[in-house]
Amino acid sequence: MTNNDKDDILRHTISILVDNESGVLARVIGLFSGRGYNIESLTVAETDHMENLSKITIVTSGTRQVIEQIKAQLDRLVPVRRVVDLTTDGPSVEREMALVKVAGQGENRVESLRIADIFRARVIDSSNSSFVFEVFGKAGKVDAFIKLMEPLGLVDVSRTGVVAISRGVEGL
Amino acid sequence: MSTKEMTGSEIIIEALKDQGVDVMFGLPGGVLLPLYDALFKQNGLRHILVKHEQAAVHAAEGYARSTGKVGTVLVTSGPGATNTVTGLVDAMMDSVPLVCLTGQVPSSLIGNDAFQEADITGITRACTKHNYLVKDVNDLGRVLHEAYYLARSGRPGPVLVDIPKDILQATGTYRSGDKTTVVEHKSYKPQVKADMTAIKEAVALIKGAKKPLFYGGGGIVNSGDAACTLFSQFVKMTGIPCTLTLMGLGAFPGSDDQFLGMMGMHGTYEANLAMHDCDVMINIGARFDDRVTGRLDAFSPDSKKIHVDIDPSSINKNIIVDVPIIGDVGHVLEDMIKVWKAEQAQIDADALTSWWKEIADWRSKESLKYTNSNKIIKPQYALERIRDLALETKKDTYYTTEVGQHQMWAAQYLNFDKPKRWLTSGGLGTMGYGFPSAMGVQTAHPDALVVAIAGDGSFQMNLQEIATLMAYRLPVKCFILNNHCLGMVRQWQEMFHGERYSESLLDVQPDFVKLAEAYGALGLRATLPGELDDVIRQAYASDLPTIVDVRTDASENVFPMIPSGAAHNEILLGPEDSESSENGGSLESGVLV
Repeated sequence: MTNNDKDDILRHTISILVDNESGVLARVIGLFSGRGYNIESLTVAETDHMENLSKITIVTSGTRQVIEQIKAQLDRLVPVRRVVDLTTDGPSVEREMALVKVAGQGENRVESLRIADIFRARVIDSSNSSFVFEVFGKAGKVDAFIKLMEPLGLVDVSRTGVVAISRGVEGL
Repeated sequence: MSTKEMTGSEIIIEALKDQGVDVMFGLPGGVLLPLYDALFKQNGLRHILVKHEQAAVHAAEGYARSTGKVGTVLVTSGPGATNTVTGLVDAMMDSVPLVCLTGQVPSSLIGNDAFQEADITGITRACTKHNYLVKDVNDLGRVLHEAYYLARSGRPGPVLVDIPKDILQATGTYRSGDKTTVVEHKSYKPQVKADMTAIKEAVALIKGAKKPLFYGGGGIVNSGDAACTLFSQFVKMTGIPCTLTLMGLGAFPGSDDQFLGMMGMHGTYEANLAMHDCDVMINIGARFDDRVTGRLDAFSPDSKKIHVDIDPSSINKNIIVDVPIIGDVGHVLEDMIKVWKAEQAQIDADALTSWWKEIADWRSKESLKYTNSNKIIKPQYALERIRDLALETKKDTYYTTEVGQHQMWAAQYLNFDKPKRWLTSGGLGTMGYGFPSAMGVQTAHPDALVVAIAGDGSFQMNLQEIATLMAYRLPVKCFILNNHCLGMVRQWQEMFHGERYSESLLDVQPDFVKLAEAYGALGLRATLPGELDDVIRQAYASDLPTIVDVRTDASENVFPMIPSGAAHNEILLGPEDSESSENGGSLESGVLV
C-alpha cells in the first residue's frame, strides 16, 4: 500500500452470510456503530429457510485499511458464516427498489408519467392527484429518478437499500 | 454418549462438571434460587461467594490467567448481571477465557420491566466474544458446551449465557456428547495452523536482518506453556534481542541477558530504542497497542514487520505489516523453528554483534535506576524488597496489580521467569482488578504465594473482598503502595497540567491496618525504609490474608516515559539522568490522549 492511496475513501458493498439467530443483526450493526464505521445502506432477509441463514448486504465506506478491518471484524462474530467483498472479489451486480410518491396535477402529473416511462418505473397506486411509482435499478438510477421527481411534486420515498450478488456460477 | 432427563439447574451442574470446572465465583439472587438449591445438593463443584459481582469476574480472570483454564462466574439477573460488565470488558480486552452465567427473569416476564430484569445480552453484546439467551431447556447443555469451547479456543474471551428462571426449573434432555460435537462449530472456525509460505517468508526476512528484534505479547502466554518454551527456544537459538509487552511478561525469562525489559510507554530505554531502530521486527502475539506504539507515523520507521496473531482483525489494524501470519503462536513457532533448522539459518554474526553493542550503550543508561532514601520509602525500593523476600520463601509466587503508577513500577521492578505468574489489567486498565483477581489465583493455587500490588486509590475499589478472603482462608498478601493520591493522575497533572492537582489527592483515607483487623485479617504498616523487610517477612509468614500499608514517597514519578502521542526515541528518562533523551525530548512535546 503506498502513501498516496492510503487515505482515499472507498465505497464497498459487502455481503455477509449469517445464522439467522436472535440478536445477529444487532451484533452486526453494533460493530459498525461501536467502531465508528459507516453504513450507507443495509438490507437483510432470510435466504435459506432450511439452513436458517440470512444474508446481510452492507454498503460502507472508508479507507482501504478500514474496509479490511470491517471485514476482519465481521468475520470475528460467531454467527457470521462468510464475508464477501463484492466490490473487490470479482464482478457483481447490484439492485435497489424504491417506492416514490409524487403529488400534483396538470402538466407536472403528465411529466412525471413520461419520466417514469423512461426509467421503466411502474405506477402501483394512483389517485386524482398522486402516483406511487416503483422503480428498480442500480442505486444511482434510483437517485436520478428521485431527483427528477423533486420539482414535480415529490412527497415521499421508501427505498429497500442495495442488494447485490456476484456474477457467474459461484454462490456465497 | 449418554442422554439424561433432568432439570435445567441439574443440566448446568452436569455440563460444568463435564467441562472440568472445579470452582466458580458468584453471588445468588432471586431468579437463581433453583440453581443454588441444586448446587447445595451436590459435591465436586466449589462455589466461592464474593461480596460484589465485579469481584467475581476479576477472581475468575485470576483463576483463568494463572491456570490457563476457563474461569466461571455465576450471578443473578438485573444488578447482579450489570455489575459484571466492567469485568467482562476487561476480559475481552485482555483475551481472558471466561464463562459468565447470569440468571434472567422468567421467560414470560422478559420485556416487561420485571423486578431485577436487565437486557444483559443486549448490554454485553459488544463486550463478550459471544453471548446467549437460552430459550429452551433442551438447548441448555449444548449452549453451555459451546460457551466453554468459544471462551477457550481461538483468541480467548468472555462468553455470557443468560438463563431465565423457568429454564432452570423445566425438565429437559442433557446429552453429554454435546461436549465434543460443538468443536465442529458451523460458523466459528479459528485458524490454528498458519500458511507455510508466510512462515518461510518470515524466516527469510529474519535471516537477512542486521538489527532484528523480538516483540512478544500476551498471545504467547495465552497460547500456553509450550508456546512460551518454543518462543524462548527460538529467541535463544537466533541470539536476537527480545522485548515483551505488559501482557507478555514471563513469556521469556526476565533474568535472561537477551531480555531488554518491557517496551512501551513506561518500558526501558533500551527496549524502546531497539523498537525504534530495528530493521526486522518479529511481533509474536502482540497487537500494536497505542501504549506500545506511541505516535503511529513515527513507529519503528525503518523496519520490516512480521506479525503473528490468531485474530485476523489484529493484523493491519494499527500498523501495516509486511508479513502477516495468522495462526496460534505455539503452532507458528513450531513451524518457524522447523524451517529455521531445516535451512540451517543464521543471522549475520557481525551485524548482530554490532546491534548488541548499540543496545549495550542504551542499557548503560540504566533507565530504571532511582535514588534511594533512608528517610522515606521509594516505591521502587519497596517492590525490590517484595520481590527479593518472595524469592526467600522459595514458594511459587504470583503477582497481580491494580492500575496506575504502582502497576508500572511492578512491571519494571518485579521479575518474571515463568509465564502466568503476572496478572494485570492491561487493555482496559481496570482499577479494582488486582485484589479480587489475587483471590482467584489463590483459589486455584492454595499453596502458592499470591501477592497483590495495589495503590491506595485502586485498593478501595474492591476492598470488600477481604471478607471473602477471610471466609475461605485465602492468605493473599496485599501491599498498598500508599502515596495518598491517584498517583498516575497526579503524575500527568504534574507533567502536563501545570501541577494543578485536580481531584487526585486522597487526603482522607481509612486506616488500612484497622480496616484489615476489622475483618479479622492481618494489618501491617511500614513507614520507614528500615521497617520494610520486617513487615514483608511478617506478611509472608502469616497464614492470614494480609493488608500491608506501605507509606511511599508521593512525589515519585514513573520513568522512563514516552508521553502519549510521542515517538519511541522521544522517551523521557527520570531526573537521575542529565540529558532527557537522544533527541532532546522534553515534557512540552507530550500530547495527552
